[in-house]
Amino acid sequence: MAVVLVDAGGTNIGSVRYALQRLGADAALTADAQAIRAADKVILPGVGAAGPGMARLRELGLVELMRSLTQPVLGVCLGMQLLFERSEEGDTECLGVIPGAARRFADTPELRVPHMGWNKLRVERGHPLVAGLGNGPGHEGWAYFVHSYALPPGEHTLASADFGGAFSAVVARGNFHGMQFHPERSAAVGARLLQNFLEL
Amino acid sequence: MLSRRIIPCLDVRDGKVVKGVRFRDHVVMGEIVELAMRYRDEGADELVFYDITASPEGRSVDRGWVERVAREIDIPFCVAGGIRSVEEARTVLHAGADKISVNSPALERPALIGELADAFGVQCVVVGVDSLRDADGEWRVRQYTGDPGKTQALARRTLDWIEEAQHLGAGEIVLNCMGSDGVREGYDLEQLHAARRLCRVPLVASGGAGAPEHFRDAFAVADVDGALAASVFHSGTIAIPALKHYLRGAGIATRL
Repeated sequence: MAVVLVDAGGTNIGSVRYALQRLGADAALTADAQAIRAADKVILPGVGAAGPGMARLRELGLVELMRSLTQPVLGVCLGMQLLFERSEEGDTECLGVIPGAARRFADTPELRVPHMGWNKLRVERGHPLVAGLGNGPGHEGWAYFVHSYALPPGEHTLASADFGGAFSAVVARGNFHGMQFHPERSAAVGARLLQNFLEL
Repeated sequence: MLSRRIIPCLDVRDGKVVKGVRFRDHVVMGEIVELAMRYRDEGADELVFYDITASPEGRSVDRGWVERVAREIDIPFCVAGGIRSVEEARTVLHAGADKISVNSPALERPALIGELADAFGVQCVVVGVDSLRDADGEWRVRQYTGDPGKTQALARRTLDWIEEAQHLGAGEIVLNCMGSDGVREGYDLEQLHAARRLCRVPLVASGGAGAPEHFRDAFAVADVDGALAASVFHSGTIAIPALKHYLRGAGIATRL
């Protein structure tokens, strides 16, 4: 199975790659349209800001290609936000393959932004991507988040988490999937979710 | 619900994990990757690696062990030690670290904090603050604490520095209360509470953990987001699974 990581300039690419290696998948890092189109699975990682992330995809000539993919695609963290229509971060137009817009968490004395740490996933609807999330030690569905912008829950939300209100933690629309947290840094839960994606 | 984080801290010197008392007299605790994996298996929420001699020796972190840790570990980790530029930070982040922490170099040149935040986002930028109460009752910042011979007391008040660091782009503050470090009599709740009142980003307590109640108090009284400790974990005095069950029983959100 050919898995590719889209080289959109994020710094967590190495971590995602190592996580896939631990699952036995050797993912190539590429910005080559041909390689991306031919892959069985496409992962769009990313740490950074929405504006530079989209600018990088435009420079690489990958915007239309990403929109037209038909194989399973997974956006991680910023990569997930880029799948939606817009981000309030720098008022950026994104890929628009899932309806919705990322908004900044409101700063309050109780809500320390960035939302950084382990938060509990709540499954909102059954889907192979969230198979195996349940109760019990090690299975409670804690995932590691680091972000300041988030998507409100909607019809494409598979799992939500709570930070001053519910937001989308795992999403899917057709072949496009997203995880707002870092599965590569979410211990056994993250490994299971990545494995689920590889098996889609 | 966001859980509170338990963060073992691994001080790295010459490629090994070491621990000292009050930042002095270091003894070797073990191999980096081996200890990292042990803590991951026990349920640590995050790890921090301090290359404690990098800053006093005027060099940056060795990227080799950062990459070895990143390949093996599946929880987040932060690396600190002599990172003085965007390029040095990029090397460490590309090697697989999730965050970088700056301390002495940020005191030398505070603009570094903003440059790092612009390049990588505030979520990658941790500012470590070493603080000690002076005879006049004020908490002030210390610099180059990795080497007792080079440690300097600064005129800068700790609370002023925390305010400035946040303003410049710090995404998290780790407050090392040096007066309580290594002596296991509890975190400095008074100082942490004072820092909490003006800290709008995540705050991590460091220095003084000796018993499970100390962690409970740091979370319940000082309202910190994470608690960092070294010797109690390295020595086995506190086992992380038992600590997390205790904290959950005390009503503190904990990842199990």
